[in-house]
This record gives sequence, structure tokens and C-alpha cells, in this order.
Amino acid sequence: MAQLLQQAFSNDLFILALKLGFLLMLLPATLVLGWVELKLGAHMQHRLGPMYPGGFHGWAQTLADGIKFVLKENIIPLAADKFVFALVPFITMLGAALIFVVIPAGPNLVIEDLQVGAFYVLAASSIGVIGVLMAGWSSANKYSYMGALRAAAQLIAYELPLVLTVAAVAMLAGSLSLVDIVEAQGPNSATGLWIPFLFYQFLGFPVYVAAATAELTRPPFDMPVAEAELITGAFTEYTGIRFAFSFFAVEYISMIGLAALGAVLFFGGYLPPIPALDFVPGIFWLLLKTAIILFLLIWMRWTFPRLREDQLQKFAWKFLIPLSLVNIFVTGLIKLSPLA
Amino acid sequence: MSIDQRKVPAEPQEITGRLTGAGMLRTEEMVLNIGPQHPATHGVLRLKVTLNGERVIEGQPIIGYMHRGHEKLFEMRDFRQITNLCSRMDWLSGINNEIPLSIAVERLMELEVPRRATFLRVILIEINRILNHLMFTGSYGLELGATTPVMYAFREREVLQSVMEMVTGGRMHFGFFRPGGLKEDVPRGFPQAALKAIRQLIGAIPDYEDLLMGNEIFKERTVGIGVLDPDLALEYGVSGPILRGSGVGLDVRKADPYLNYDEFDFDVPVGPSGDSFDRYWVLIQEMRQSARIVEQALMDLPAGSHIGKVPKRLTLPPGEIYCRAENPLGELGYYVVSDGEAKPYRVKIRTPSFSNVSVIPHLLRGAYVPDLIAILGSMFFVVGDVDR
Amino acid sequence: MNENLPSPNGSGDPRKYKRTTFGVGLLKGLGITFRHLISPAVTVEYPDETDKPPPRSRGVIALKTENCTVCMLCARECPCWCIYIDGHKETRKEGKRSKKHNILDRFAIDYAICMYCGICVEVCPFDALFWSGEFEYAEHDITGLTHEMERLNQWMYSVLPPEVLDEGAEGPEVKSASQGEG
Repeated sequence: MAQLLQQAFSNDLFILALKLGFLLMLLPATLVLGWVELKLGAHMQHRLGPMYPGGFHGWAQTLADGIKFVLKENIIPLAADKFVFALVPFITMLGAALIFVVIPAGPNLVIEDLQVGAFYVLAASSIGVIGVLMAGWSSANKYSYMGALRAAAQLIAYELPLVLTVAAVAMLAGSLSLVDIVEAQGPNSATGLWIPFLFYQFLGFPVYVAAATAELTRPPFDMPVAEAELITGAFTEYTGIRFAFSFFAVEYISMIGLAALGAVLFFGGYLPPIPALDFVPGIFWLLLKTAIILFLLIWMRWTFPRLREDQLQKFAWKFLIPLSLVNIFVTGLIKLSPLA
Repeated sequence: MSIDQRKVPAEPQEITGRLTGAGMLRTEEMVLNIGPQHPATHGVLRLKVTLNGERVIEGQPIIGYMHRGHEKLFEMRDFRQITNLCSRMDWLSGINNEIPLSIAVERLMELEVPRRATFLRVILIEINRILNHLMFTGSYGLELGATTPVMYAFREREVLQSVMEMVTGGRMHFGFFRPGGLKEDVPRGFPQAALKAIRQLIGAIPDYEDLLMGNEIFKERTVGIGVLDPDLALEYGVSGPILRGSGVGLDVRKADPYLNYDEFDFDVPVGPSGDSFDRYWVLIQEMRQSARIVEQALMDLPAGSHIGKVPKRLTLPPGEIYCRAENPLGELGYYVVSDGEAKPYRVKIRTPSFSNVSVIPHLLRGAYVPDLIAILGSMFFVVGDVDR
Repeated sequence: MNENLPSPNGSGDPRKYKRTTFGVGLLKGLGITFRHLISPAVTVEYPDETDKPPPRSRGVIALKTENCTVCMLCARECPCWCIYIDGHKETRKEGKRSKKHNILDRFAIDYAICMYCGICVEVCPFDALFWSGEFEYAEHDITGLTHEMERLNQWMYSVLPPEVLDEGAEGPEVKSASQGEG
């Protein structure tokens, strides 16, 4: 049996199938996250949220929504650029799913441990914006176009602080590989204490959350979708399964992706909070830490109003970027101090 | 990041010219139709907006999508029917639409209204004012992207609406006032239920304040946005909370007391700066003042009849009269002309929303599209009241 | 802002709210939503549990067929003309004299037009029309909203007796809901 397993794991095709299988797990994960967001949001508003589908607290609500989206008519506007229009869900989906390639769930449990992992994640997560631009352009709708332009403008604003915070973490770890970054948060050789980078990155983490929210176009930075102004922005003309994939699924997959990245960068990824809990599998800790950041994102979404596009630019350039530069400076001091 | 005062916007062309490299690129103005089917237009108001990028060059509200010919309808109906029809104009404040009409008929016919009826009228009117204000404060958050305040507002609305339903049987269109008094007296337990609902509302108002008014993002979006000059507001006949948000403390309840408003102790909140934030603030404060009035009226509620001596068939003597009242959105006036029939010869209605919408183009010039939504939401109007 | 304008009266000053330190308001807002997250919801699960409408609730108009004398007052007073009444006269022998009776053939209300003002209930001189709190009568087709007298009569079962008036009220001039049907 063990030999059979060893044979299987040395087979490239099998490994590839495993990796693809892992990526496919993201689809049910979006359904779960969608349901959690519905329920949390509802309770924050003194409501019950979905209660009927599936029986127990409406657990099947998002599943039913998904089936509804599949059954709905796929409309392509007459004036739309049909090829680009149809291509959009694939591009946005690709950008969201590629993040997971380097997120480690254990020292060896990672699809591909790239040496430039952190850099790769930031690059991959920006692909989605191209999809949004394509959607806005090809829909032949003024609202969509404005939404797409806002998304493009937003990209410039949040990408820089995001890169700078990740750079500070990479400075601390001395590596861009996400596995190395997690391991660097392991027990300190001198003191034997497990200190996550959040301890040093008390400035970096809020900047990361703000920039990630902007990247996800979630409130308070949801100007590109802005239901009350642009009616879901770039995706106004999308219907049925295309809408579900290019908007809902992508939103939740990127949410999980960026939250998992945050867990890796600041909370110590798959490492347990204290060494005594080492026997629990690392993936549990990763999921728990991801869930904390996800809750934060959901919590903000149901509390805050939305900013204006120029105010986001102001916020990013006049506040977030100077703050992340200060953070890099502080990180440098920490790196030089005996603390590290 | 401080809440700084937004400077007077420069000419849009100048700004985009600077940004895009002064005439190197050809820019084009875009005409965007916002509405009549759009989540921010509260129904079927249409805004034709000329945009330069995100900046509004000109915005023109186009009304009439909900014209139902109320004034003409009134010429064919008797006063009981008109009372029920007129609550459909501003559907958020049904009972407030009924009162000036009832007063007009009473003054023309020299009917006497019992004291108990007057008190009950005040109570119902003020509860309805709170209902209306809750709706607008809640949905304003929704327009700015905060989904939660509207749900909290509806929680209190539901309680107050149950009180109204207990008395009138309706939840939106009450049709409860009659010339000379009320349709029927209130049921047992009404004062207690009303008091409980009002107390709950007062307990919940700090939540609304903290959730939006204390929020930095909300302040960024509303402070200094859509500043309405008091002179301009008066020129356009803007009234109610919007005028008071611009620093003019004009309230018909104080300026030209009807019913027995002069007996109650209440303040007229006035915001000094005329921006969206002050208009929103005025609404929240007015809820407090209305709650005060309801509490006072419930405490002093006298016993007696709910309707005065009214002839079976209401026939107005020939003549004309203008009666006004403080609708939740401003001054609502009925100009009734009678030729001695049971039906009015002509009823001209002056609705607050019409003036509020008329002044919008002045506020939109130079604003951004998101500001447009913020301004539109703070120029409180009901489309049914605009078009009638 | 016009700082030189006089400070507004009684209910405070909006400028007070405009000054805050950055971040406090955001945290306060988060606190409010979290407090609601952990407190029980206020909504009810509609089809399983319903709020009971009060007796005066204007849900649907019920008709007590045997009280109707085809006087047409309701149809004439209706502001939207949504009541359709047909009737004929019959002569019946009562002892020595023969008496003319109005017989109701059709009484229908088009609820697609009805604006629920209640004037018909108010004017009915023979207590044939009542308000019922029933509200679950949606139809798939707008024509299905014209309900005939059989259906209107069925709603009589859900008519509640009128509420007792407040202590301070004078003269109970409310007509009593019939006990005959239920």
C-alpha cells in the first residue's frame, strides 16, 4: 500500500490531478462563504437571513442561488463585443484562482512553492482588473464603462500600499517564498517563542486589510460596483452563469485568497499559535486564521458606507502609502534591533 | 486624514485639461440617463446628466413619470373621497397630506373641532413624521453604500406602523381624518402602545447617529457636498428640513400654527451650513422633537368626542381658501375653491417635493457622480409628491 | 461651512458631529453592528409565523351577503369605482300584501383597482361590508383579483369584533360586526 502511494505521488499526472482537484474545491468554498456572509450580514441587521433552503438555517441558499444562475438565460447585448464579453468570466476567474497556487497549507502542502511567491500573488491578483476592464468595455453600457474605469483607477491606488506591506513582511522573513515567510514566524531560536509577524507589522496589517478591501472592491471601497450609483458597474449587462462566475464566485474566491495571504503574512499561516498545539494539522490553523480576516472583511462590508473614487485616491496616496513607507522604516529598525 | 472643506470646484474642462495633458487628447461629454429606473431615484425620477468623466456638467431632473392627475380627480370627488386620495401623493406621509385639506374645509364651513380630536391629530401627524424621517435617514445610508442603517430604521418603523395600523387600519395610506375631526376614536391601549413605540425610537436614535453621523466616511461623503444657499432655496420655494438645513428656521408649525401646535414645547432644529450632512442631521433631530410632541400630547390627551358637529352632507359655501401645514418634507398647501357644491370647484396643491426637486440642478453643477447620488438622497423628495 | 452664522437653537449643532478624531467613528460603527450580531433577530419567519393584524386592519373587504339590499351606495361612493353590483327586484307575498324585495345577483370587488380607503364599509347603511385583516390573497393573474360575492362572503369568517375604545372616547358609534356568520 505504502509503495503504491509512493508510486502514485511520484507520478506527475497524479500530482497535477490532485492540484487541480484542490483548485476545484474553491467552488464549494465560495458557496459556504457566500452563505456565511448572508447570515452574518443578516444578523448584523437584526434579521435572520436565509432560513429555509436545505433545512438547517438555510445552508443551501447559495447552492440554490447557483442553480438559479445556471438555469437563467445568458444574454449578450446586441451592441456588445461578443468575444470579449464572453471571455471575461474566464479572465476574472483565472486571476482569482491563481493566488492559491502558492498559499501553503503545510510545510510541504503547497501546490507550487515559488521562490517569488509573494510577488507572484500580487501579480496574479491584479489580472482580475483586466477582466473588469474588458467587461466594462465590451458591454457597450455607459454604467459598465464608468465602473470599469473606476476599477482601473482604483488598481493604481491600492496596489502600491499592498506591495509595500508585503515588502515589509518579506524584509522580516528575508525571503519572498510564502513557505519561508511562514517558517520565519516559527519558534525563535533564542527565546523559543512563536511570534507572528502581526506583532511587528502593527502598522502593516491595517494597511494590508484596507488595500485588500480595495482590491476586492468591497465596501467601503466598492466604487466600481456601487449598486446605488452604477448598478453593479462593469457587470451590469451580465446575466446567468456568466454573472455568477465573473462577479459572485470571483469576489468570494479572491476574498478567500487575499484573506489566506493575510493569514500567511501576518498570522503565521499553518503554524499553531502555541507550540503545544502542534498535533493539530496545519490546514486547520490556516483556515482558522483565514476565517478571522474574512470575518473582518464581512464585518466592515455591513457597517461602512462607501467612499468616493477621488477620496480613495487621496486616502491611498496621502495616508496609506506614507504609512506603509513608515512601516518599512520601522521594519528595518526591528530587523536591526536584537528583537529579530 | 482630516475632514477638509472642499473648495469650490474649478471649471470641469480646466481640470480635465490639466489632467489629460491640455488638449492632447480629444475628450467628449457623455449624456447619461439616471432613471427613471435606477435604485437611487426613489421611484421614477429621471435625471439627464451631462458628464465630463466623473464630473457632472449639467443635471436636469425630468419629472412626470408618475403624474396621476390628482388635482383634476379632486374636482370630481367629495371631501371624504379626496381625503383618501390625497394620501397617495406623498405616500410616506399619508396622514400629513390629509390635514391641510381637513383644515381648509373646517375653516370654510366654520366647523368646530373637538379638543380631543385636535390632540389625536397632532399625535398621528407627528408619528407619521417620524415614519417618514426614518425612511429617509435609513435609505440615505443605503445610497451611500451602507446597507445596515435602513434595516435598523425599518425595525423602528415597524413598531410605529403597528401603532398607526392599530388606530387607522392602514400602514401607509391612513385616510383617517375627516372634516371636523377623525373617522373614529382610538382603541383602548393606544396611548400606552404609542408611548412605548416612541420610547423605543428615542432609545434607538443614538445608534443611527453613531452608525452614520459619527462615521468618518459618511462625513467625507456629505460634509460640504451639495451646499444649498439659503437665498437660492427661498427663491425656489424650498421648505421643510432642506430649508432648515440651509440655516433658515422656517417651520409652519411655529410660523403659522395650526391645530394646537402653539401649546407644545418643541424646538426647530436648524443646520447652519446647508450641506447634505446638515440636512441629514436636521431629519434626525426632528425625530427627537416629534417624539417630544407626541409624549406631551399623550400626557395631556383630554376626554371627549372625536368629531364635531358635521352635517351629513358636506357642502362648502362658495369661496376660496389656502391652507398650509408642515409636511415632513416641507410646506404642503391646498388652495381650495368652492362654488357651493359638494365637490370643490378647483384644488391647487403646493407640494414640497416639487420645489425640492426643482433646485437640484443648481446643486449638481460640478459635483461628481457619487456626489450626485449623495445630493439626490439628501434633497428629500417623493416622486408621487412631485408629479401628483 | 459658514462659521459666522448664529449657532442653531435648542437641539444642538451639527458642527459638533463634524469634528471627530479619525477612526473613532469607524470603530463605534463596528461596535454597533457587532452588538446587533450577538443579539437575537427581530424578524419573524413569515409563512410559519405571522403577525396578527389588529381588528381595524384594512386587509380585505368582506361581504355579509344577506344584509345587502342592493342600495348601490357603496358602488356610488367608491372613489375608484371598483365595486360591481347587479340585482333585480322580486315581489314576494307576505300575508295579504305583496312586497318588493331587492335580490343581489352579483357583488364583485376588483382588488386590482381598489385603493383600500374603506369608504364603502363606512357608508353601508345595512352593515353588509366589513374589514377583515386577511391579506394572503395574491393571484398569479391580475384578472384573478376581481373577487365575486362567494369569496367575499367567505372572508366574513376572519372579521374580528371592533376594538374597545379608549377610556377618553365618547359615544361608541362603531357598528358591531355581525355574530351571525361565525
